[in-house]
Amino acid sequence: MFWAAMIGILVALALALVRAIAGPTVYDRILAVNSFGTLTVLALSVIGFLMGRPDFLDIALVYALINFIGTIAVLKFLRYGDFARATQADDNDLV
Amino acid sequence: MEIVNHILFYASWALLAAGGLLCVIGAFGLVRFPETYTRMHAAGVIDTGGALLILAGLMLQSGLTLETVKLALIMFFLLFTSPTAGYALARGTWSAGHRPITHTRSDARTDGHSDSAGMTDDG
Repeated sequence: MFWAAMIGILVALALALVRAIAGPTVYDRILAVNSFGTLTVLALSVIGFLMGRPDFLDIALVYALINFIGTIAVLKFLRYGDFARATQADDNDLV
Repeated sequence: MEIVNHILFYASWALLAAGGLLCVIGAFGLVRFPETYTRMHAAGVIDTGGALLILAGLMLQSGLTLETVKLALIMFFLLFTSPTAGYALARGTWSAGHRPITHTRSDARTDGHSDSAGMTDDG
């Protein structure tokens, strides 16, 4: 019963990986990795039900959040060159 | 009571199958579409369609238990974070200078000049 969804998710994971590798621009790769993360959340939930392990849902929940934060962090890194630019005030504190 | 179980069983089976199918369709679009902006639509299909249907199918399976609450939480967070990530990605792509293709493929052949966006990897 769960195999219908599981096979669909596995095929989708493979295709997302193809786009991640082939993606010409870096934004295609970020998009593919984001989709890969969402599909992993779904795969975790379905496997949790397949194997009768309800605790997998907690892992899927955490993975969904971390995937989002990771995507935003990479985008910020691409946009500003680093995660947090040290302003002049910060340098004065160091002196 | 037996009938309800049957209905729930087949309903969740249909939802799971449809969710898996939508994931495949979204991923297929992710590979086949010509440039980043159209691929974002395909990724959206996975995030909303596939996720919603599969999680709803699992909810029917687990009935009124703690798992259903967790599944609802996952669905809730996915529905809020995926559009935000898609929006941030689109802004990042736009500010990086990539522009979506506006002319159709046939126009590209007739006017003969190279592709304006210059980003498509085929055709």
